[in-house]
Amino acid sequence: MSIVRERVSTGPAVTPTRDRPWKLRYLLWTVGGAVAVVALTYALPPFRTYQLATIGAYLCVTAGLTVLTGLNGQLSLGHGALMATGAYTVALLQDKLAGRGQWTLLVSVLAAVALATVAGAVVGLAAARLRGPYLAGLTLAVAVVVPAITSTFDTTFNSDQGLSVVLDPPPGTIPVERWQAWLCWTGALLTMLTLAVLVRGRFGREMRAVRDDETAARLAGVGVARTQVLTFVVSAACAGLGGALVAVLAQSVSPGAFPLTLSLFLVMAIVIGGLGSLAGAFWGAVLLVALPALAHTVTEGIDAQRLEGNLPLALFGVTLVVVMLAAPGGIASLNPLRRISLHPLTRIRRKA
Amino acid sequence: MRRTSTALVALALVAAATACSDSGGGGSSSNTPGVTGSEIVVGTHMPLTGPAAAGYSKIAPASKAYFDYVNANGGVHGRKITYKIMDDTYNPATTQQVVRELVLQDKVFAILNGLGTPTHTGVLDFLKTNRVPDLFVASGSRSWNQPDKYPGTFGFNVDYTVEGKILATHVKQTQAGKKVCFLGQDDDFGRDALAGIEKILGPVAAKQSYVTSNPNVGPQMGALKQAGCQVVMLATVPGFTALSLGTASKIGFKPQFVVSQVGADLTTLKKQLGPAAPLTEGLISDNYLPLSTDDANPWIQLYKRVNSQYNGNAEFDNNVVYGMSVAYLFVQTLQAAGKDLTRDGLIAAVEKGGFQGPGMAPLRFSKTDHSGYGGMKMSRVQGGEQAYFGTVYQTDDADGAVQPYTAAPAVPPSNGIPAAP
Repeated sequence: MSIVRERVSTGPAVTPTRDRPWKLRYLLWTVGGAVAVVALTYALPPFRTYQLATIGAYLCVTAGLTVLTGLNGQLSLGHGALMATGAYTVALLQDKLAGRGQWTLLVSVLAAVALATVAGAVVGLAAARLRGPYLAGLTLAVAVVVPAITSTFDTTFNSDQGLSVVLDPPPGTIPVERWQAWLCWTGALLTMLTLAVLVRGRFGREMRAVRDDETAARLAGVGVARTQVLTFVVSAACAGLGGALVAVLAQSVSPGAFPLTLSLFLVMAIVIGGLGSLAGAFWGAVLLVALPALAHTVTEGIDAQRLEGNLPLALFGVTLVVVMLAAPGGIASLNPLRRISLHPLTRIRRKA
Repeated sequence: MRRTSTALVALALVAAATACSDSGGGGSSSNTPGVTGSEIVVGTHMPLTGPAAAGYSKIAPASKAYFDYVNANGGVHGRKITYKIMDDTYNPATTQQVVRELVLQDKVFAILNGLGTPTHTGVLDFLKTNRVPDLFVASGSRSWNQPDKYPGTFGFNVDYTVEGKILATHVKQTQAGKKVCFLGQDDDFGRDALAGIEKILGPVAAKQSYVTSNPNVGPQMGALKQAGCQVVMLATVPGFTALSLGTASKIGFKPQFVVSQVGADLTTLKKQLGPAAPLTEGLISDNYLPLSTDDANPWIQLYKRVNSQYNGNAEFDNNVVYGMSVAYLFVQTLQAAGKDLTRDGLIAAVEKGGFQGPGMAPLRFSKTDHSGYGGMKMSRVQGGEQAYFGTVYQTDDADGAVQPYTAAPAVPPSNGIPAAP
């Protein structure tokens, strides 16, 4: 099947960057991102650095989710549970390997990604057989089951109290928050780079073909179920990495860190950011950190008890409505923040 | 290079946010975070909303009211106390967030009375790493008493194991031969309480646990009824005490309930139960602070004055008494730490101990003991009123005997503010 490369119809027709080999461009973005993060960790005060680290951790998840939902058309309301899988893996392994040096963290995080991948494969196999509301329902059930699992097997997971994550202090005299930001953004940038390369190639085309028209994709020789399961697995691996990094950040894991609202927030964040674009995933991750903080700032002066802790949700809802009305393509599609999505064909198309 | 512009915009946004949010740390003479010549900033995490908010949400405002009262009378060594209260919804993950904000952004001098066993357990290491004094944790977990591991953390409540031993001793004396069972929170709170109970009574006939994220104790109560329990000991937060009483009544299960102090404030329980309030009749519990209904007690008179002047005349219950008692002890500590206030100085002042306050039991602070109050007096609900009976008992969290404690409680100073030693 020959894929015709269209030119993007919006914005200037050709930019100089588009003629440069894409590998070099991706590499430049990654290096640029790394430099920017390192610079920020030196410029920002500790708490802001911690928030920056949190954005990095969430970015792993939103990037994977935007590929799954935006490019492959599978809605997942259960990514919070996949994050929890990664987070608990880190907590349990770090406890087992305590006191053996920094390398244990790498092992734990890799194991977290591996386990989330397995969990993703299981959910993905079921998900590939389901469509629309049934898919949403299944993934929702996965998200809801986390607290039940932790309290059923409380000897392992310690129920609502959760587990502490044993971490070695950062090497040398690096402040904890700076170290955390470096770790999280290493994960985030690697995720972004991997996903960008992945969706650019054949796999990306197959994903989008399946999203747009399964029958047509099948006729063209694309394995629909295989593509769907694979996409789910990739996305789950990203969620597992994000969850592992969240565990490292909080130095503890508990079911309360991965409630149903987190899964819903993740979906909302990628929609507001711009579905199907990695830049949108970035803006989504920023929102995930910024909006609750904003909610807190707003309520500080007033009697916060009346709001029953629902203000962040309300803020998210309002932002969603406003952004969808002003920019249906999400924040990433806004000028001057306009950026071409991963591939000309990735723009959301409404199926009739 | 649109991407670059995006990145630049993002940078600018972050920088702007930073600029907006960071008020420069005032240059205090001693260069201690959160302390200036005219102010001391302390913070706390509390469940103002969520499953454990019932009753507990009143604690921090009561502490704040007492600080306002002290501030109006000139503060401590000329400094006003600012109390930042953060809502963590009793969710350990949120506690992590808000405590980081308090320490890293608001630069608080100390964390005071952070509430909850599961919530506070998660921030111990963080507070230790940042050398933040962590005073008078609002929980009876034994974790706060580890001077070697957490030198800056101190308890306040009687620890759950000590309390469990005292409650179990009462059960042993008055309910001999009865089938005793246990329902507790599925965390250190429940585990520590059960450990104390079993030290005295041996293994309980049946034990059940609950999690705050699932507000349903039907299966647990059913199991206890099945097991033929005649006495049910509860290590529950107030909302779940009420839920347990209500659920038991629904299935026609009427054991003698014996409840941990942290889940037994009658005002809160009555409010939670509404028309079913009479279910609290006969409830056995214990406490170490004056009860809110004891109008003859000079501490209660003082607290009621402060409550009407600085707390918007909030409904006066044991949570208000608790919050103000914590605040009183904190002011005592600040007085003892002296004018040149540092974090190390504060911790040294607590370790020096010797505080006389509203409690009927001894405060045990020393270099080697960071637990709080060390004893309890039994209480009972009779005719819709909660009242003390018997004597004050004290014990340790190991295998020490449960013994009566007979020292007379202190009276508050005439102006209601502790003086510098």
